[in-house]
Amino acid sequence: MSREATAPAADAVPPPAAAGLAGLSRDSLFLAGLGTLLGSYVALILGLLLALGMFTSPQHLLAAIRSEEIQFALKLSLLSCTLTTLLSLWIAIPAGYVLSRCRFPGKNLLDALLDIPIVLPPLVLGLALLILFNYTRLGRAVERVVPVTFAVPSVVLAQFSVACAFAVRTMRVTFDQISPRTEQVAWTLGCSRSQAFWMVLLPQARRGVLTAATLAWARSLGEFGPILVFSGATRMRTEVLPTSVFLELSIGNIEAAAAVSLIMVLTALVVLVVARVFGLRGTGML
Amino acid sequence: MISLCGITVRQGAFSLEDVTLEVPTGAYGVLMGKTGSGKTTLLEVICGLRPVAAGAVRLMDRDVTRLRPAARGVGYVPQDLALFPTLSVRDHLAFALVVRGWGRRAVEARVQELAQLLGISHLLGRWPAGLSGGEAQRVALGRALAMRPAVLLFDEPLSALDDQTRQEMHDLLRRIRNEITVTVLHVTHNRAEAQSLAQQFFELRDGVVAATCQK
Repeated sequence: MSREATAPAADAVPPPAAAGLAGLSRDSLFLAGLGTLLGSYVALILGLLLALGMFTSPQHLLAAIRSEEIQFALKLSLLSCTLTTLLSLWIAIPAGYVLSRCRFPGKNLLDALLDIPIVLPPLVLGLALLILFNYTRLGRAVERVVPVTFAVPSVVLAQFSVACAFAVRTMRVTFDQISPRTEQVAWTLGCSRSQAFWMVLLPQARRGVLTAATLAWARSLGEFGPILVFSGATRMRTEVLPTSVFLELSIGNIEAAAAVSLIMVLTALVVLVVARVFGLRGTGML
Repeated sequence: MISLCGITVRQGAFSLEDVTLEVPTGAYGVLMGKTGSGKTTLLEVICGLRPVAAGAVRLMDRDVTRLRPAARGVGYVPQDLALFPTLSVRDHLAFALVVRGWGRRAVEARVQELAQLLGISHLLGRWPAGLSGGEAQRVALGRALAMRPAVLLFDEPLSALDDQTRQEMHDLLRRIRNEITVTVLHVTHNRAEAQSLAQQFFELRDGVVAATCQK
């Protein structure tokens, strides 16, 4: 064989390390690393559930379900979370649209302001609500018409203050990810801005709306700090499930507290799965 | 007629100064130019999607410079087509008519007529996600034609198609040009496409419509 014929083979660039068998094991190593990290978090979550389960018994669970107070707390939790979710969407969808599609002076400031409920410590938020409704003229005027503090509206308001901020963030990202092109074409076809919003943009945002709703609902279900300060922890009056856990804990009844916690976990799972199945039906996204 | 007179657009570092262009009524104009030369910007100016710093846009002897996109009566097919992912093909063809408050029967008749013209009658029940490039192209064209606009704007509509589909679309566009009285401005950077379709050429170079000639 001539030298010329062998020369190109000698000069050929060797394949990258990732192409050979060594590469295969490197890929497996990478995936195994990812799997381990994910697995450790899943293990923590399962450990938490197991711990709750171990510290209670079917008797405690049954007793909790039969208890009139816990039933009240469960109903109030479901009702207030659903109301909060609807209110949050009512604000978050237009707010997300404005933040995503409009340019105006002070937008960055407004953006930062909308994050305050997320970064504020829950107790501080409760304190601020308490002061707003009891020590300001406007707040007292509202209280004279509808009693808010230490009543059911305060529960919804405390949940809404935080949940809505999460919903607004979600809706903004959702609209940001949808190209404005389809709306612009709709305008050229004769749509007003609002027609393009309802007919073209919002249907595309369905998945984001569902995510915002579930996030708001789940966040409200676990809300406790502002509720404790603003609504109090009165049985059969402003008691939601986290309040029940707190009340049971405060009298040293850890088994009952764990039982109520499990009820919360199950309720959340059922509602979120049903919402997902129902919300994404017919969209091919399930 | 599509007429741009002294159009000036400024956006950040990009600007178009004093652009003038006229496509006579019923003519098929093709606008060529390099990527980034501002061809799409000019179409957006005609649609009303981009504000102008100076100049006037006239469509069919009507000054539309300050009108909303909805009031201009322009059929627009953007480069990415921007089909509505949640609407069926039938809904796309009916869209502009439903917005205008047409009755159900009139809408259905027009949808059937358009579907036949574009050869997409078998696709009416489908959604954009399942369409091929050529099919999506026809749907976008049908959506723009539905309201019988006097002016049609195409932004490189054929750039993503294979040769055979592109040839079919050329034939279709020529048929539309011959069957419907409509003034067209078609943006492309493909010279063969321009020669196949144009009755009038324009070239946008360094912010100026540099060369125009009539076929």
